[in-house]
Amino acid sequence: METIKEKIRLFLHRHVAQAGLDDDQDIFAQGFVNSLFAMQLVLFVEKEFEISIEDDDLDIDNFRSVNAIAQLVARKKAHIQG
Amino acid sequence: MTIELVGVIGAGVMGCGVAQNLAQAGLKVILVDISEAQLQHAQQTIVRSLRLARMLQKTAFSGTVNDCMERISLTTEYEALQQVEFLIENITEKWEMKKSIYPEIDRICPASCVFAVNTSAISITRLASLTNRADRVIGTHFMNPVPLKQTVEVIRGYHTSEETLQITQELLQSLGKKWVVVQDMPGFVSNRVLMLTINEAIFLLQDQVASPEDIDRIFKECFGHPMGPLETADLIGLDTILYSIEVLYEAYNDSKYRPCPLLKKMVDAGLYGRKNGRGFYTYTAN
Repeated sequence: METIKEKIRLFLHRHVAQAGLDDDQDIFAQGFVNSLFAMQLVLFVEKEFEISIEDDDLDIDNFRSVNAIAQLVARKKAHIQG
Repeated sequence: MTIELVGVIGAGVMGCGVAQNLAQAGLKVILVDISEAQLQHAQQTIVRSLRLARMLQKTAFSGTVNDCMERISLTTEYEALQQVEFLIENITEKWEMKKSIYPEIDRICPASCVFAVNTSAISITRLASLTNRADRVIGTHFMNPVPLKQTVEVIRGYHTSEETLQITQELLQSLGKKWVVVQDMPGFVSNRVLMLTINEAIFLLQDQVASPEDIDRIFKECFGHPMGPLETADLIGLDTILYSIEVLYEAYNDSKYRPCPLLKKMVDAGLYGRKNGRGFYTYTAN
């Protein structure tokens, strides 16, 4: 889980103009990124973690914070393995 | 009559947006472009936009992303338009390019099919004269991004019939759109004002009166506009801005529509705005 979070933090760090982002911070609500960035996030998550984001996962709540993304990734990975 | 099958010509920014919007509303679409490469690019663009639309949930969505994609057939053949009930044409804003296809689609499409010209500047009446269905040609000026913009500028050509207007309004209603009907004069309402504003903003930059950021800030912070004219130009595409203002210049022969030399220079240099990452601002690829 910690490696997943680290990768997400690195990606966000490259794109979000805010140093020391908290893992629970809502990147959309706080205006660090605009909503178009959501699609970049989806593509990053799919490529980096080799998972496929289905229609039902396409919910902005799954991409709001480092923790939310990490949970989504963990859930998808568990699904692949299970 | 409920329209179920719509032809969309041109798979650029506007054509993709229109096709996506139609598919999201549950209609079947035949998307035609003469370039195979453009169609492949369009497919990727539409999938990405559909996923984003689904994620943001600001627009109505009929079924899944896959369901929507299955409603869109992509082809390079105009002959595929033989059964369409309504057609939206989104070719580049150049008279020479638009005029060549009207006699062709007039021959291929059913006689009852309405031709909606998606243009911001070109004369609906003049395009209608190239067909044998001038009463069935109308202007629908969609705004970009199409699925997110609520209102369409609808243009009545000289011969556009009441029935055509009715059919068009029903289609727009099924897309959840509102509309404003205006008469056919080059640039209609929207672009006669907007293109001059953008062009003048580029003159300001050329004359070094202010930076792009500061020009846009005046509009946003002083006038309360959501975007400034240069950001808007980047969103529309600088090539499209140049074509549109050239069309206005040609139509009115009025020097107030002369394109700013800096705009020409930027287009010559390949700075088209958001669609290729560089315009008045720089954009990172997504």
